[in-house]
Amino acid sequence: MNSEDSTQGMALHTPMLNELESGPWPSFVTDLKEYSKKRPQIVQLLNQLEESYENRWNYWLGKIINVPGYGGGVIARVSERADTYPALANFHTVRVIEPPGWVYSTGALRNLADTAERHGAGILQLHGMSGDILLLGFDDKGAMDVAEDLMNDGWDIGGSGAAMRTLQCCVGQARCEMACFDTMRTTKFITDSFIEFLHRPEFVYKFKFKLSGCGNDCSNSIVRSDMPIIGTWRGPMQIDQEKVAEFIDEKGIEYLIDNVITRCPTRCISVKGKTLKVEDDECVHCMHCLNVMHKALKPGKERGVTILIGGHRTLKIGDTMSSVLVPFMKLETEEDLEKLKTFIETVWEFWNDNGMDHERIGEFIARVGMSTFLDGIGLQADARMVLRPRTSPYIKFEELAPTRFAGEQAHSPKVWDREPEGAETAD
Amino acid sequence: MSSKPLAPRDQGAPDYTQYLHPLMAKNYGQWDYHERLRPGVLVHVADSGDKLFTVRAGSPRTMSADTVRKICDIADKYCQGFVRFTTRANVEFLLGNEADLEPLIHTVENDLGWPIGGTGPSVSNVAHTQGWLHCNLPGSDAAGSVKALMDELIDDFRTETLPNRVHISSSCCQINCASHGDISIIVQHHHPPRINHDNMQICELPKVVAICPAAAIRPAIVNGKESVEVVQEKCMYCGACHGQCPSMEIRDAQTDTLSIWVGGKMSNARSAPTFMKLAVWGLPNNPPRWPEISDAVRRILKAYKEGGRPWERLGEWIERIGWQRFFEKTGFPFTKYHIDDSPEALSNLNRSAMVRL
Repeated sequence: MNSEDSTQGMALHTPMLNELESGPWPSFVTDLKEYSKKRPQIVQLLNQLEESYENRWNYWLGKIINVPGYGGGVIARVSERADTYPALANFHTVRVIEPPGWVYSTGALRNLADTAERHGAGILQLHGMSGDILLLGFDDKGAMDVAEDLMNDGWDIGGSGAAMRTLQCCVGQARCEMACFDTMRTTKFITDSFIEFLHRPEFVYKFKFKLSGCGNDCSNSIVRSDMPIIGTWRGPMQIDQEKVAEFIDEKGIEYLIDNVITRCPTRCISVKGKTLKVEDDECVHCMHCLNVMHKALKPGKERGVTILIGGHRTLKIGDTMSSVLVPFMKLETEEDLEKLKTFIETVWEFWNDNGMDHERIGEFIARVGMSTFLDGIGLQADARMVLRPRTSPYIKFEELAPTRFAGEQAHSPKVWDREPEGAETAD
Repeated sequence: MSSKPLAPRDQGAPDYTQYLHPLMAKNYGQWDYHERLRPGVLVHVADSGDKLFTVRAGSPRTMSADTVRKICDIADKYCQGFVRFTTRANVEFLLGNEADLEPLIHTVENDLGWPIGGTGPSVSNVAHTQGWLHCNLPGSDAAGSVKALMDELIDDFRTETLPNRVHISSSCCQINCASHGDISIIVQHHHPPRINHDNMQICELPKVVAICPAAAIRPAIVNGKESVEVVQEKCMYCGACHGQCPSMEIRDAQTDTLSIWVGGKMSNARSAPTFMKLAVWGLPNNPPRWPEISDAVRRILKAYKEGGRPWERLGEWIERIGWQRFFEKTGFPFTKYHIDDSPEALSNLNRSAMVRL
C-alpha cells in the first residue's frame, strides 16, 4: 500500500507494550511486533498504541465509509495522530459474516488472511463480540477493494449500525449430543433470509440473534442478544438406566444425591436403588442433570426451541435479561423455518413502527409493557412468560372499562392501529 | 484493484457444510456422548462409534495473518484441514486420529506457543473488547489487561480444579460490549461529559438529547452556536452521549477507574441466568499490566475455589453463602455504593428477616 511507503524507517518504540511480552499467555504484542518486521505500517500502529498506554488515552475517531450498496460492514477509524503516524490516517475495520459455529477449512482461513493482508494491515480478530470476523487496517480504497475480493470469494460483509447484526451460534449438532435443534442451519437461514437488514441499517436500533442448542447457552444468548433461540424438548427425557447404574457404581450414590438429585431446580428427579426417575412434567430443561450424567441422560426426542426476547447490555436503561416469548416451537422442517421468519417479521414490524430512535427491543418492552407488546405482535399471554403474576392492582381492564359518551369509541385506539401519516410510498 | 463495479451481493452467511470436519459432517446430529480426556482435550463419540478429538487452545484473539497461517499449517498437518473457534476466542483443533493428539498438543504448545485448556471447571479464555488498538470509545485496553490477567491465571486455564467453569469478560467502557461473566471487568467514569461547544455542530443534537437515559441533556445556545448543556446532578456518567457524539468527551485519563463485577451467569443449569453484581470499585487504570485487576480477580477465585461446591458457579456459591460472607472471604469492603439504585433496586434488597448473625 502507498501509505506504507512513507513509513519505512520508523523505529519501533514500545517500552510499555514490551512488558506484555513476558508471561506464559500468548501475547498479541509479540505477534504484532514480529509481523511489523515485514509490514512497517504495524510499527506505527504499535507506536500509537504505546502512546495510549503512556497517556491512558485513545487516538481513534470514527467516520462513515460504506461500500456502495451497503450501509454497514465498514467500521471507519481515523487516527488523531495521523501527522506522526500517516499510515494510520485511515485504518478501518471490515466486519465479515462468520461461518455459523465458527467452523473453517484452512483454505477459507488462508483466504481471509491473504485478503486481509493484500488490502489492509493483515490483522485479524477471531472473533468480534457479535460473532463476526474482524479484519483491521484498511484505508478508504482498501476497504472497497477488500469488500470486492471478499465477495468474489464467497464471503459477505455487514452488521454495523442500526441493523440486524451478524448472528452467533454454538457448535450445535455438528459436535454436541445436547443440541436440540440445528443451530448452524437456523443461523444461516436467518442470516440469508434477512440479509438486506444486515447490509442496510433500517431499524430503530441494532438487533442481535444468538442461538444455543440447549439451555447451557454456550453462545451466551440470553443477555447478549435481542432474540435468543435456545434448544429444548418436551415429553420424556431419555434415560439409559444401565448407564445410571454404571454412574452410581463409579461415583457412588452420595455423589448422585449431592450433585444431581438435590441440585434439580424443580426437585423432579429421584433415585430408587439404581434407577433414576424424572417427573417430566415438572422438568424445566435446565440441563444440569444431563451435564453431570451425560452418558445416561439425553434430551427427549420431541425437540424444538424456546424463543426469548429483549436481552441487551447496560446502555441505556440498565441490563435487561431476555424473557420467554414462545415457550416451545418446532424448528425442523422448511415450514417451521418459514414460520420463524414470519414471526421475526411480525416482531420487527411492531418494534420498528413504535420504537424510539436508539431503543433496543428490550428497552421498548420495558417502556410499553410486555402485555402491550404481546397485543402488538398478536401473541396470547402465557403463564410461562412470567415468574409470577403482577402484584400491583392498578389495571386498565379493557373488558371492564366504563362506557363512554355516545359515539365515542370504548377505548383509545391502540398506537399501532393509528392511521398512517401519509400515503405509503410504492417502490 | 478490481475493475468490476461494486454492488451488494447479498450472499449471506458462508456455507458452513463445506467447513465441517469430515467426522462432523458424517455424524451431524448423531452424537452420543463426550468425555474430557484431560484439561483442554475432548472426545466426542458418535452413535456410529466414530470418535472426534478436540484440542482447545487459548488465543490472543487479535492475530496477524502469519499467525492465522500457522494455525492453518497445524490444522493441515493433523486435522484434515479443519478448525473451529469458540465463543470465548479459543481455537479448537479437530482430529480423527487419537495418535495425532500428542504431536498436535506438542506443536500447539511449542510452535504456536498457545496453552491447552479452558474445558470443564477451569478459567476459560477471556471475552474482551477492542480497546486502544482500534475502538473510538475506550477508556482502557482490555487486550493488555487480559494478557496480564491470563498470565496469572494460566494454571486455572490448564487445569480443572475449580468448582465449575469460570467465564471472565473485560470491557473498555461502560457500554460493556464484552458483556457478562462470572467475573467482569469494566471501566467507570466519574464526572459528566466535557462538551466541546465549538464542535457540537457535527452531531445530530436531537439524537444527543434523546439518548440520555437520565434526561440530563438539554438543547442550549452556547457562544451563539447550537449546542447542549448537561444537568450535572442528573448525569450518571454512563457515556451514552459520547457514543452518539464525539464532542461530548466522557473519558478522563486522570480519574477513570476500573471495577470488578461477579456472579453473571448465562447458562440455565440449576439456577436461572443472572446479572453480574458489583464486587470492587475504584481500581486504578494501570497499564501496561494492571496488577490491581489481577490481584482482585485472584482473590475472588481463591475464595471461590476454597468455598464453592462441585458444579456451583461463582454467583451460585455467593448466593448460598450470602454476600456478607463473600466480602468477608475476599476482604473487599462492602460500601454504600454496592446498594442498588437502578430500576431493579428494591428487589435487590434483603426483604426478609433472614440474616446471618
